[in-house]
Amino acid sequence: MKIVKPILAAALLALASGTAANAARTDLVVGMVLEPPHLDPTAGAAAAIDEVVYANLFEGLTRIGPSGEVQPALAESWEVSEDGLTYTFKLRSGVKFHDGSDFASDDVKFSLDRARAEGSTNAQKGLFAAIDSVEATDPTTVTVKLKQPQGAFLYNMGWGDAVIVAPETADKNQETPVGTGPFKFGNWAKGSSVTLVKNPDYWGEPVALDKAEFRFIPDAAAAIPAMLSGDVQAFPNMPVGDALPQIQSDPRFKVVIGATEGETILSTNNKKPPFDNLKVRQAIAHALDRKAIIDGGSSGLGVPIGSHFSPANEAYVDLTGTYPYDPEKAKALLAEAGFADGIKATLKLPPPGYARDGGQVIASQLRDVGIDLEIIPVEWADWLQQVFKDKDYDLSIVSHTEPNDIGIYARKDYYFQYDNPDFDKVIAELDVTSDQAKRNELYKQAQKILADDAVNGFLFELPKIGVWDAKVEGMWENSPVQANDLTKVKWTD
Amino acid sequence: MAAYLAKRFLIALATLIVASMVVFAVLEILPGDPAQLMLGMNASPDAVEALREQMGLNQPVVLRYLAWIGGLAVGDFGRSFTYSSPVIELIAERAIVSVPLALMSLALSTVIAIPVGLYAAARRGRASDTAMMGAAQVGVAIPNFWFALLLIYVFAVWLRLVPAGGFPGWSGGIWPGIKSLLLPAVALALPQAAILARVTRSALLEVLGEDYIRTARAKGMPRRIVLWRHALRNAMIPVLTIMGLQFAFLLAGTIIIENVFYLPGLGRLAFQAITQRDLIVVEGVVMILVASVIAVNFLVDVAYAVVDPRLRLAA
Repeated sequence: MKIVKPILAAALLALASGTAANAARTDLVVGMVLEPPHLDPTAGAAAAIDEVVYANLFEGLTRIGPSGEVQPALAESWEVSEDGLTYTFKLRSGVKFHDGSDFASDDVKFSLDRARAEGSTNAQKGLFAAIDSVEATDPTTVTVKLKQPQGAFLYNMGWGDAVIVAPETADKNQETPVGTGPFKFGNWAKGSSVTLVKNPDYWGEPVALDKAEFRFIPDAAAAIPAMLSGDVQAFPNMPVGDALPQIQSDPRFKVVIGATEGETILSTNNKKPPFDNLKVRQAIAHALDRKAIIDGGSSGLGVPIGSHFSPANEAYVDLTGTYPYDPEKAKALLAEAGFADGIKATLKLPPPGYARDGGQVIASQLRDVGIDLEIIPVEWADWLQQVFKDKDYDLSIVSHTEPNDIGIYARKDYYFQYDNPDFDKVIAELDVTSDQAKRNELYKQAQKILADDAVNGFLFELPKIGVWDAKVEGMWENSPVQANDLTKVKWTD
Repeated sequence: MAAYLAKRFLIALATLIVASMVVFAVLEILPGDPAQLMLGMNASPDAVEALREQMGLNQPVVLRYLAWIGGLAVGDFGRSFTYSSPVIELIAERAIVSVPLALMSLALSTVIAIPVGLYAAARRGRASDTAMMGAAQVGVAIPNFWFALLLIYVFAVWLRLVPAGGFPGWSGGIWPGIKSLLLPAVALALPQAAILARVTRSALLEVLGEDYIRTARAKGMPRRIVLWRHALRNAMIPVLTIMGLQFAFLLAGTIIIENVFYLPGLGRLAFQAITQRDLIVVEGVVMILVASVIAVNFLVDVAYAVVDPRLRLAA
């Protein structure tokens, strides 16, 4: 009996793993670090919401594709009037919500009006600010009138915050989301996982996966064994840390280092002396050695940036040479500004590794030129309150992950406290320009102004370390929006 | 006995009320605006204000405390800000992980610790005693998260006998649930067993020095019988005290192990709720834990009375 038992167990085990390997796989377990607080992308800013539902469960009029381009979604085509004020969307017909009800133009009107209403808790109300009226002209046509032309309107309508919801189910989307996407909601084991299942009535090309489970693994030490044991087969944004070489050398996995929209910056309080002095900010810029910061804060991964713009964007200009690393020049600038004896300031660091580890490197680089930083670690809630809301800080490090967010520098109440009328003019013009070539030109001007003003210390673009089973195809390599689009994902054999 | 129980109950109730005030006050002074946290960095100020109003955060503190405590009195724990579902449901969802896990590890640690303690006490000063207490010392010293990672690499990554983490729920049957709790239970039980074994041994040694033990031996009773019947029973009081404390710890203090195995337990619920400033959830979880600690203490008191007739008679 003593010998029989282990043999039996081994046989059972072999049987179990054998069947798992031979069956054609149509299921996928995707690892994510953070659990979404709820599943309604129109009522919260948490990236984790979009990372589960964007393109999978909910769809908007337009959508953002893998390279950040605008693609048709629920609107199959659109026309823009000569003056740029009227958008006429032609909607797809035969689209059904997951609860079986029909999708039509009044759902679009409802969703957009709800998002921009007075008491709306949509986290990105700014996306809808230009809308003057929304009319359901006929069941498959929607006319949107704008107060002024808005160059990025079609892009804005592709955000997760602008997805189309049904009036009957909108209030229950936080718990049991109902959308039009190729996956529908399965179940949510709180604290553990969200499961989506294939929507058999999808209007478009059906997905290859029958079941997709998003499993939440907050700890890096747990993420690696979860991947190694095969429990999780894809981790689009994995906290690998020092284990990267181990995973890269394992032929079972594909590792893709992609780009995000996360500009990692040394945020600077532009109204607080001495940082209101341009020379001081230039001195900081000259004191930063981006390579050492990337090595120390991001395991050597990440593209250096010289302004607040993603290198993946076609309008990007490389401005890293504006104030090259030059500690002597930094000291000279500080002396010129009247701080030959040095500066004492604080550096408030939120929890992510790029901030906590990168902060150590930056503090030592700035100490070399005479800026003595006291490091204050803060948790996220504290950071949002003290730094972001109350603007009670000197310097901080954070990654701004929203796509195309250079416009935040024109906001007067934003925590950088930056104020430059020339920059505001460029952004205002950008707002009313739809011509792509002209827009790119304006984006370039905006980047240049920010770099010259050394508004913040511009460090690097946050990398996205994607790890998935070598047999899985169709995962996004870059992350132009916060999403884990599984619509093209399949297993190959 | 009834008067004694009533007194205990009133003390427990007073403890709960004081705890509720402390918890509420501490969370009140915690910095961070839940509404801002939910809506994030790009949120417009009026959206944040609208959400604050919806969440009732603009009401005075005293009113909010009274509303909350009034709800608790009738079993209404309120609704989570972030999950937007009733707090009691969230706690129940997590308790079906945490309670079985705590029971499994307590059982495991007891099954290991009591025999080891007995054996070591019976062979005091001999090599086997030294070896066992040395091992127990190591067990106390090993950090349980490190031990947990070791278990994961051996049993999940290498042998693939159990999942590396996560919890499938009980709906798919008992066995998958038990299987995913096995490694965490072992990781939690080992250090607890080491402590319990040391306590058992020293409690036994103290008892073994008593006169009645000598008398029992003198009248010719075999060592084994003396040990089990006379010594162990009398040594149980400190052992039960430690077990009660350990159960309370296992219920809530397992946040590190829950993270390593990404288990959706009570510890992680509390931790997440604190970082997201989901105050009503923190308050609810803490109150439930306070209540369960009080309940466990009460049970330990009852157990004292069972093992020690003197306490029964005095009461």
